[in-house]
Order: sequence, then structure tokens, then C-alpha cells
Amino acid sequence: MEMTEDQIHRYSRHILLSEVGGSGQVKLLNSSVLIVGAGGLGSPVALYLAAAGVGHIGIVDMDVVDLSNLQRQVIHHSKDIGRPKVLSASEKMTGLNPDVEVKTYQVLLNSENAREIAAPYDVIIDGTDNFSAKFLINDLAVLTGKPLVHGGILRFSGQVMTIVPGQSACYRCIFREPPPAGAIPTCSEAGVLGVIAGVVGSIQATEVLKFLLGKGELLTNHLLTYDALTVLIRKVGVRKNPRCPICGDNPTITELHDYEQPVCANPV
Amino acid sequence: MKILVNGKRKDVPEGTSLSAYLEIEGLDPQLVSMELNGRIVEREEWASTGLNEDDELEILFFMGGGL
Repeated sequence: MEMTEDQIHRYSRHILLSEVGGSGQVKLLNSSVLIVGAGGLGSPVALYLAAAGVGHIGIVDMDVVDLSNLQRQVIHHSKDIGRPKVLSASEKMTGLNPDVEVKTYQVLLNSENAREIAAPYDVIIDGTDNFSAKFLINDLAVLTGKPLVHGGILRFSGQVMTIVPGQSACYRCIFREPPPAGAIPTCSEAGVLGVIAGVVGSIQATEVLKFLLGKGELLTNHLLTYDALTVLIRKVGVRKNPRCPICGDNPTITELHDYEQPVCANPV
Repeated sequence: MKILVNGKRKDVPEGTSLSAYLEIEGLDPQLVSMELNGRIVEREEWASTGLNEDDELEILFFMGGGL
């Protein structure tokens, strides 16, 4: 694939980087990424991947934009209140970069539809806000062998981990199963400093670009934690857990499974 | 004895178990996973796993937010 004059101009700051160059940029244009959640994490991920020229981006979210989202979900504007998040996000992404083909899925990702939705994509990004989704997405990644970039935020903190199934620790290697419903407050109950979503989502987007380019060291076998109040960023080493229920030596989870946990929906 | 918890030096009584350490810190065990010297310790073994001098403990928090 040859880039046009406009594309060479648009991506010139990437092309200047020896780790990207023209060939890396073409790789990005030919890549596909699935973003689950068009919210706090999904906003920076979707905007930066679109700006970077990732050619095919899928975005999954069943919600509509609510006024309380706008404190952190920077892809949505005030005029989008009441509109499906995937449509609002898709417009901003293609408005930013018409090179990008965006496919929208206004559904709740579940054990029935997850494999089919994820099938066309090279990488999955978790931008969801509840443990049933986070564990489903981890299991989906492990069972289909697709790389996943996990992200989570709460209050003034966030975490990121990259999972390359078969090679590195998965989310369940650290967190075996979801906490009991109600044990952990959600952002809608406990609050979150909006910009934390920007920090964590931007790190997730960076991981995806590095993976697609095949450059640098990924956050595999590490859980990165960020605490804004102390400005402490820690990269905690983790290992593949032989007793992991899905990627360990004797896996007990062989199929996708929906956990009965309330989804953090907006009161619309 | 001295141990390292999430990168910080902490002084804990001899023979403290992982469960007891969470209690000392006032942390709800449901909110965390624990890694001792690079290995995840299963929840069922927290009460029977004792801390030793110079152990490196990582307390990893569930973070479910994102939207």
C-alpha cells in the first residue's frame, strides 16, 4: 500500500520516528483494534488511535451519552447528550481522521456475541466499567488468543496491563475471579477524577500502537499502577500463574461465561 | 521485622500472616489480590502464609472503573 501525499503529511511526525517510519505507518493503517466501552478510557483510546491512523477500529457500547459522562468522556460533547455513545464517538473519530474506518456495535458485549464481534480484530482494548465485562473480555482474549490491553480506574488511581495470551500473565492470573457484587464501589458510586481516564486510556493506546508496530517493551507480565495523589507510577512484575483458572496448567474455564453483576448503567 | 510492601519499607511483628497484615492495614481482603516475592498467593492461603524478613509484598487492588 502506497501512502498519498496527504497521508505522508498527516503522519509526518510518526514517519520521522525510526521505530515507525513509512512502513510502520502503513502497518497501522492496515491494523484493526476493538475498543470495548466508549466512555472514560474509550475516549482517549479512540481519539488517539484514530489520530494515529489505525485503519480499522471497532467500538462497542450500548449506552447513550449522559450529562454526568462529560466530566471525563472527552470524545462526547454537550450536544451529544441522549445520543448513542458509539455514534457520537464514531463521528469524532472519522472527523479527526477520514482514513479510519469505524464500525459501531451498540450492544452489551456478552458471552453470546463476544467471539463474533471480536473476530475481525487484531487487538482488544478494555475500556469497560464493571468486573463482569472485564473478566469476560479477559476470557475472550485468552480463549481466542487475541492480545488485550486491560485498563481500570477508580478515584485517583488507575492500572494497565497488556496480555499476550499464551505468552504472558492474564488478568485472572492476578485476579482469579470477580469480587463479590457490591464489595468494590464503581466510579458512579465512589467517583473518579476525570483526567485519570485520560492518563490510563492514553497508556492503553500507547501499548496498542507499540504492539501493532512491534516496537519496545510491552506491559506484559507487569501491572502498571498510577496514583495521581502521590504521583507514584509503579510497574509491578507479575507471572503467569500455573493455577490460573483459564490460562494455568489445568484450566477450569473453557467457555465464555457471563457473571451476574449489575452493569454500571446511567440513570437515563 | 522489615518487609517491603508496594515498594515501601514497613515494620511488622514476627510471624504476621498475609491475612493479619491486611487487618493491621485496615484493608478489606475482598478488595485486593496479593503477590509475595513475585508469586500470587491464593486467597485461601493468606491465613496460613507467614511473612518473613525482607519479603516483598505487593497488594494489588481491583479497579473496575473505566466508563
